[in-house]
Amino acid sequence: MNRIDASFRSAEAESRLVLAPYVTVGYPTRESAVELALAYVEAGADMLEIGMPFSDPIADGPTVQLASQIALEGGVWLEDAFNMIERIRSQTDIPLVPMGYVNPFMQFGFDSLAREISAAGADGLIVPDVLPEHADDIEAANAEHGLYLIRFAAPTTPRQRLRQVGSGAKGFIYCVSVTGVTGSRARLADDLPAYLARVGEATSVPRMVGFGISKPEHLRTLHGRAEGAIVASALIDIVQASPPSEGIEAAAAHVRNLAAAA
Amino acid sequence: MLETRALPDASGYYGPFGGRYVPETLVAALDELEASFQRHHRDPAFVAELENLLHFYAGRPTPTYHAARLSEQLGGAQVYLKREDLAHTGAHKINNALGQGLLARVSGKRRVIAETGAGQHGVASATVCAMLGLDCVVYMGEEDVHRQALNVARMRTLGAEVISVTSGTRTLKDAINEALRDWVTNVENTFYLFGSATGPHPYPKIVREFQRVIGREARAQIQQLSGGLPDTVVACVNGGSNAIGIFSAFIEDPDVALIGVEAGGRGGEQGEHAATVESGTPGILHGARSLLLQDEGGQIIGTHSIAAGLDYPGVGPELAYLHHVGRTEFATFGDADALDALELLARTEGIIPALESAHAVAGAIRMASETSSDRVILVNLSGRGDKDMETIAAQLGTRG
Repeated sequence: MNRIDASFRSAEAESRLVLAPYVTVGYPTRESAVELALAYVEAGADMLEIGMPFSDPIADGPTVQLASQIALEGGVWLEDAFNMIERIRSQTDIPLVPMGYVNPFMQFGFDSLAREISAAGADGLIVPDVLPEHADDIEAANAEHGLYLIRFAAPTTPRQRLRQVGSGAKGFIYCVSVTGVTGSRARLADDLPAYLARVGEATSVPRMVGFGISKPEHLRTLHGRAEGAIVASALIDIVQASPPSEGIEAAAAHVRNLAAAA
Repeated sequence: MLETRALPDASGYYGPFGGRYVPETLVAALDELEASFQRHHRDPAFVAELENLLHFYAGRPTPTYHAARLSEQLGGAQVYLKREDLAHTGAHKINNALGQGLLARVSGKRRVIAETGAGQHGVASATVCAMLGLDCVVYMGEEDVHRQALNVARMRTLGAEVISVTSGTRTLKDAINEALRDWVTNVENTFYLFGSATGPHPYPKIVREFQRVIGREARAQIQQLSGGLPDTVVACVNGGSNAIGIFSAFIEDPDVALIGVEAGGRGGEQGEHAATVESGTPGILHGARSLLLQDEGGQIIGTHSIAAGLDYPGVGPELAYLHHVGRTEFATFGDADALDALELLARTEGIIPALESAHAVAGAIRMASETSSDRVILVNLSGRGDKDMETIAAQLGTRG
């Protein structure tokens, strides 16, 4: 069984949300990125989203962009991502889901990419700027190597399209919580429950809520409305605000608080 | 004969280029835009209003002018200029801004965003929004804010908010990133008035259709003036809205050569130019599959051109396709060539072109001097040089 499916199954049995912190390859530094990821695992992460930097990340807000830029300035390459996945995989059995924009993947080759990340121990792939209708080649390459290509839903997605997106979805649906880019927000949108219900009617695939999830109370409101949540910018903000020697522990402490509310 | 009127296909592709590579959040808005464009752009009332504005407001038709002194000095082909520099706001950008502005109005969205490099699309958008009573926010890279300060002042005078973008290379590429982020966030009340023939489907098609007026007019005018079709049509190319606008009327004339001139900047080294067709490779940026300047890992690389409006590491998908099938040729002229051409045109014809358009003039000068005097070269003079006077004065001043 794909580790993503297994993770949702065991979370469901425990009436928990699947909590997926986001880490950037090469951030805070090339050396400490794996350390940060493993600290999240230790703190109770159920899944990791592993972001591969891109020069022009149009779906990301300033925080994730900054981490991406720091990583690129550090000379990060796709091979660093494969290496990072492999090193995390040697320490844990939770699902690992790399995320990145389509252009670097296209240059590397979708098939080579799927082969490499699968061999390194990944379970799926998130590409925020590829829509299902343009994804035949990348989806086929992923399927060949046992990886799930994750699909997206947005608050603006009409019901009819939600059904189309949901019908071929594998692993989970990445539910963008708000119209907007990634980034911490004080509170979740008022129409979030209705939107998540719409997604739930369109598909039985688990719903992972992302964009704007930062606090334990956000997770508590998601119980019964979604099956999991992705946390990115809030953690990077903590790393950025902490002295270098304390950033990893401070961010991991926040993951521990989130895990308690999941 | 190449039949391109059928392109793009239903998914927005021009052969291997184009498409729609965007976050899911934007799909509904792009579908709505496509439907609105299909419904309105052939609707007689919409067409009549647009033509009325193009005529009485923007000053169309712009003339085609025989640059006789320039041609004589070059001693070769006859050079004709399609005077888009005479359109309201000083460049061809007003054509598309008026068309999309009317689409924004019928959409009911009161807030318009735009990206701009040289500032010409930003000025055109601010102008049209002022005239239609819409709010306007323009994203502009910090570097361009400095080198096109006059256009920033124009936009602000017109009531637009200009947001200086400090991420990445601080030029047009990053302005588009920020505008897309704004649109993703505010898509329910915001219309994205896209200025170049790039971006996700249906923008390349919409921009081409609204810029087609350049070619339509020029084709009739040049026949009247020279007695036939031109041998060559030359336009500067970056995203390519002025080029596709004028080329569109001649694509199906196999004897008319279509030449796009890209910015050679300071030289062929990576980061020193913006010659995307000449040295780019296939990739995906800002929603479309096209040719890009990128490193081998697929990260987008910086560009340089003295012309802020040619300083983008991509090219529109239809131009990439026309190159792919061999219908258009591309040439590269650098900063110094553009300045030389600008000076020559100013001194022989009393016309100071925009630095972008000066690249097309540089191409025409080279071609004219290599061909006989019975040949006809039509140049799209896409904009005027007022916005560039500080740069021009500094550069030409140092030459003494």
